[in-house]
Amino acid sequence: MRHWLARGAFALAALAVLLAAAVGWLNRLDEAPLAAAAVTAATAAPASAELIARGAYLARAGNCRGCHTATGGVPYAGGRGVPTPFGTVYAPNLTPDPATGLGAWSAAEFWRALHNGRSRDGRLLYPAFPYPNYTRITRADSDALHAFLQSLPPLVQPNPPHALAFPFDQQAALAVWRALYFRPERAETDPARSAEWNRGAYLVEGLGHCNACHASRNALGAASSTLDLAGGLIPVQNWYAPSLTSADEASVAGWETPHIVALLRSGVSARGAVAGPMGEVVGGSTQHLTEPDLNAMAAYLKALPQTPAAPTPREPPVAPAANGPGGKLYAQHCAQCHGEQGEGVAGIYPALAGSRAVTMKVSANLVHIVLEGGFPPSTAANPRPYGMPPFTTVLSTEDVAQLLTHVRGSWGNRGAPVSALEVTKYRGEK
Amino acid sequence: MRALALRALLALACAAAAALAHAAPKVEDTMAQRMQACTGCHGAQGRAASDGYHPRIAGKPAGYLYQQLLGFRDGRRHYGLMNNLLAPLSDDYLREIAEHFAGLDLPYPPPQPAVAGAAVLARGEALVRHGDAGLRIPACAQCHGAALMGVVPAVPALLGMPRDYLNAQLGAWRTGSRHAAAPDCMAQVAQQLAPADITALTQWLASQPVPAGAKPAASLPAPMPLACGGIARRSPP
Repeated sequence: MRHWLARGAFALAALAVLLAAAVGWLNRLDEAPLAAAAVTAATAAPASAELIARGAYLARAGNCRGCHTATGGVPYAGGRGVPTPFGTVYAPNLTPDPATGLGAWSAAEFWRALHNGRSRDGRLLYPAFPYPNYTRITRADSDALHAFLQSLPPLVQPNPPHALAFPFDQQAALAVWRALYFRPERAETDPARSAEWNRGAYLVEGLGHCNACHASRNALGAASSTLDLAGGLIPVQNWYAPSLTSADEASVAGWETPHIVALLRSGVSARGAVAGPMGEVVGGSTQHLTEPDLNAMAAYLKALPQTPAAPTPREPPVAPAANGPGGKLYAQHCAQCHGEQGEGVAGIYPALAGSRAVTMKVSANLVHIVLEGGFPPSTAANPRPYGMPPFTTVLSTEDVAQLLTHVRGSWGNRGAPVSALEVTKYRGEK
Repeated sequence: MRALALRALLALACAAAAALAHAAPKVEDTMAQRMQACTGCHGAQGRAASDGYHPRIAGKPAGYLYQQLLGFRDGRRHYGLMNNLLAPLSDDYLREIAEHFAGLDLPYPPPQPAVAGAAVLARGEALVRHGDAGLRIPACAQCHGAALMGVVPAVPALLGMPRDYLNAQLGAWRTGSRHAAAPDCMAQVAQQLAPADITALTQWLASQPVPAGAKPAASLPAPMPLACGGIARRSPP
């Protein structure tokens, strides 16, 4: 009997060792030994102005500054918390201060962080830093980004410690997560596609990390792949990043390229305006991209494989009465700008009739917009945007539900009604 | 005959166009139109809300408004709605917004009746006009002007504001949740104020009528007693 117990224990221990070894091995895939890279930050030759300028442009394309700058803080000096369901991860100081920033980092160490998600001291990085996307960045682009960050004025600013719950604060847990969900990848050119499409793929899947928001995540916070752009609710913030592959949501397959480019460059276009977190993306990143790069992103997004449209309901929902409670609220608060028939004003106040942003399944963004109002971002192409007032001080939860139900079901719109419970849910933390 | 028919047709077309124009939202390429996002809470044209909290912004000095807009956007002042609204806006646009509201000359609403005794109001008025040397509290009038209508370009008026708003701001400075650019002179003053003195101040201030045509003063008769980061100083201290 004792004999069998001992054997069982031995087998279990052996299995544990094997699993640990597998996790360890999976965590070291495609990692070049750093010793091979003899150049350290201190001995590196000074970067050329061109390299720094290219790095600055790439940093815009990746919107590094967006997370790595605290509200009102010094750009790239870190300190902004990224809220996740597992706790808050703080984006660190990227300025070249040797003690608190990246001053001691070599280009090889920086590349390892982007490509393998491993810090200079060997610790695994949390994927709130989107290295599942950045792993596709080329070594040349990584070196340019490194050169740019090293050219910034150094700022002594210690990084706040992450505020993560157990066991998510453990490196071992992170290693298991990575073994399950992360593999280093290299951007590969698809010879069957145009150079423009390939450039778009590189920007959207890699630096642009679009699917950090535009994909749903599983219970452990992993997206199915960097190619998944089928939409998802952004955790904690409760904004919904709509599907870029669905004609019911935000697919641009049927858009003309200039409209896509205008939206990414200015924040507004004939087809709609950006709001919420996408306003941050346009303001901090895409407005700064070149015309060819925006065209490339548009080409890639237009060519995304489309998910089939939801079946039209057999019986169309009954359009709410214009003089019902929702209709009265609409006439009182909304019609002045969005029009009595939801027609809007082109380029200024988005049309609500026929708008996918209004009718798509998840109503989270509508709740945010009605309660908080907002401006599209100030951009070079649209420096003085028109704004919408917040209604949280005026409308009750029940009012918002009735108003949105009215808007989603009027003027030919066929969106499902919104319940007060849904409004309460999305009201969330803010 | 043909001319008549043409005329009738023209009239009909005009009527149709007028009907269409009536139905469509009337949108102008103006700052007032752009600032619809603000007037929902701050009242028509920013002349203060009826809720007794959201303050008047019309007619405040442009430099003051600009500093507050920057403060909300950059996290020195905390009010979720303002922080969210301003987050995507540029410095240039915030300056234009400040200048737009500063340039409005609108009548003030009547003051709120005080709900405090004569002794409290007397204490409030004394603090406003003379301060309290023993407590190292300067007079409000030393910086905000003898008429308490502020000083261009960056010192705001103290009259014409809701009592709840004044209480909330002095409280926020006292507890450190509102900040101005360093050195934060108002934080220093508020930290010297006892809660009872804050009540006295705001009871008196909110109950004073704003004289017709009152405007921010052009300058102060004497240098300010404290250095304030939100105000560009003329010479180094």
